[in-house]
Amino acid sequence: MLRAVGAGSLEELVHVPDAVAVRAPISVPPALAESQLLDRMTALAGRNSAQEYTSFLGAGAYRHYVPPVIAALSMRGEFLTSYTPYQAEVSQGYLQAIYEWQTYVALLTGLDVANASVYDGATALAEGAIMAVNATGRRKMLVSRAVHPNYRAVLQTYADGMELRIDELAYSSDGRTDFSGLAEAVGGKGYAAVVVQSPNFFGTIDPLPRDLAATLRASGTLLISVTAEALALAALATPASWGADIAVGEGQSFGVAVAYGGPHVGFIATTNEHLRRIPGRLVGKTLDKEGRDAYVLTLQAREQHIRREKATSNICTNQAHCALTATIYLAALGRTGLNACASLNLRRAHELVKRVGALQGFERRFGAHFFNEVVVRVPGRAADVLTYLEGCKILGGVDLGRWYPELRDCVLMAATELTTQAQIARLVAALSEFTTRPGARVAVRD
Amino acid sequence: MAQPSGLLFSKEHEWVKFDGDVATVGISNYAQESLGDIVYVELPRVGSAVKQFGNSGVVESVKAVSDLFTPVGGEIIEVNGSLEDEPAKVNRDPFGEGWLFKVKVADAKDREKLLSGDQYDAFIAEQK
Repeated sequence: MLRAVGAGSLEELVHVPDAVAVRAPISVPPALAESQLLDRMTALAGRNSAQEYTSFLGAGAYRHYVPPVIAALSMRGEFLTSYTPYQAEVSQGYLQAIYEWQTYVALLTGLDVANASVYDGATALAEGAIMAVNATGRRKMLVSRAVHPNYRAVLQTYADGMELRIDELAYSSDGRTDFSGLAEAVGGKGYAAVVVQSPNFFGTIDPLPRDLAATLRASGTLLISVTAEALALAALATPASWGADIAVGEGQSFGVAVAYGGPHVGFIATTNEHLRRIPGRLVGKTLDKEGRDAYVLTLQAREQHIRREKATSNICTNQAHCALTATIYLAALGRTGLNACASLNLRRAHELVKRVGALQGFERRFGAHFFNEVVVRVPGRAADVLTYLEGCKILGGVDLGRWYPELRDCVLMAATELTTQAQIARLVAALSEFTTRPGARVAVRD
Repeated sequence: MAQPSGLLFSKEHEWVKFDGDVATVGISNYAQESLGDIVYVELPRVGSAVKQFGNSGVVESVKAVSDLFTPVGGEIIEVNGSLEDEPAKVNRDPFGEGWLFKVKVADAKDREKLLSGDQYDAFIAEQK
């Protein structure tokens, strides 16, 4: 090949400057036999101690039971190795699965149409914001401070590039968004959208009050709902029912493993009115020339490979395999199973709060209703409590001081259907040890 | 091919008909034929301000998506809302029922930068 391109050597063809070149041989251990390699990898895997811990972590990634049927189906080669289904006639299986995912998202959110998925909940929010800006021609957005802080950070990154100003709505003492100034704020008709999350980052059920939906409509302001724990959609009123024009969120709870850094699966749904602004892939159902059901990628004229810089979004891809996994999960559980699972989450989280709240020095920080996650005020700094629990092999939750300096004494704790009575008992025992350990000061509050 | 009388044209294939200081805008017969079956028209917002030759919407056909450029600047005072349900009107009757929007013209001089029907015919002939 070097001869064909007229180069004498690889070094001559690709010149690497001395300043950045590594000339010495790279130190790599000698090759191992396959059996030795397996031993080595097993030893490395053994250092992963996650399974030894009891976890009450949530905050956007939730542990849920994943029935084996899901992997048995989703890991089939024809799903695992397939590429973007441009050629519809050889991709009917995947296209049908994505169409079913879209149908589930539409059902769960109560909206007309959903896309084939985007990277994750945070990206979904940013893409929803672009839709709202394009639909209204306005460059300001009003976002509740109780929306997931990481989602808001991603939104801010997008906003910087598109000259979108983000204003915040404070949260009130009961853990819901403070909507008292909303009517006045949107009255000036300057906001493209209001962004509300329910359950919000504190776990609090926080829909837009119904009377305010009309206020938003009258001012031409769209409502974007965010869902970080998709299972809640099975238990609560749909975003559409409280006025959402665009519903975005994270679908990880539906059978997708909690993994370090993902992949997760974002969803976006909207009304027919905004159908053509929805980013990314959409699968449609039609009939082939023999009158049989057929699935195709549709409305592609909005996308960047056709519209270039005028595309509705620069997202052309989706999380097809995670969406497939979630679709199989939803199909396996069905409406009844999903409702039962959601109820179980609700019960376990309330049990957790009852037990932890009975300990001296621990109490719920916010009074409003919650789903499977709750903010607990602890004696002293949350970081100290969590470090102590970690020593007891318990991941007690998330230190809210990381994003909310005023909540440095608060831990966000989640319970799911996987949280057992025994795990709660272990947590309660460790917390009472924490307060009675030598040298501990039990905080006295007024 | 002769264009309908009383219309002016832009090089982006829009037509405009002046009536006092109100201009009605659509796309030419040549444009609709080139685009093919039109499936969606995104129109500007009533009340919005547009500049001459500025972006003022999108026409989507089964073949392509094209931007609309208004041949005159001013304020959008009316849009053809019936196109939402029946975008095919633009194909069927581009100079009539398929009109797109009306502009309250800000500057009468905008006219001077537009083509007559004959000039537009010559322009199309050059393009081919």
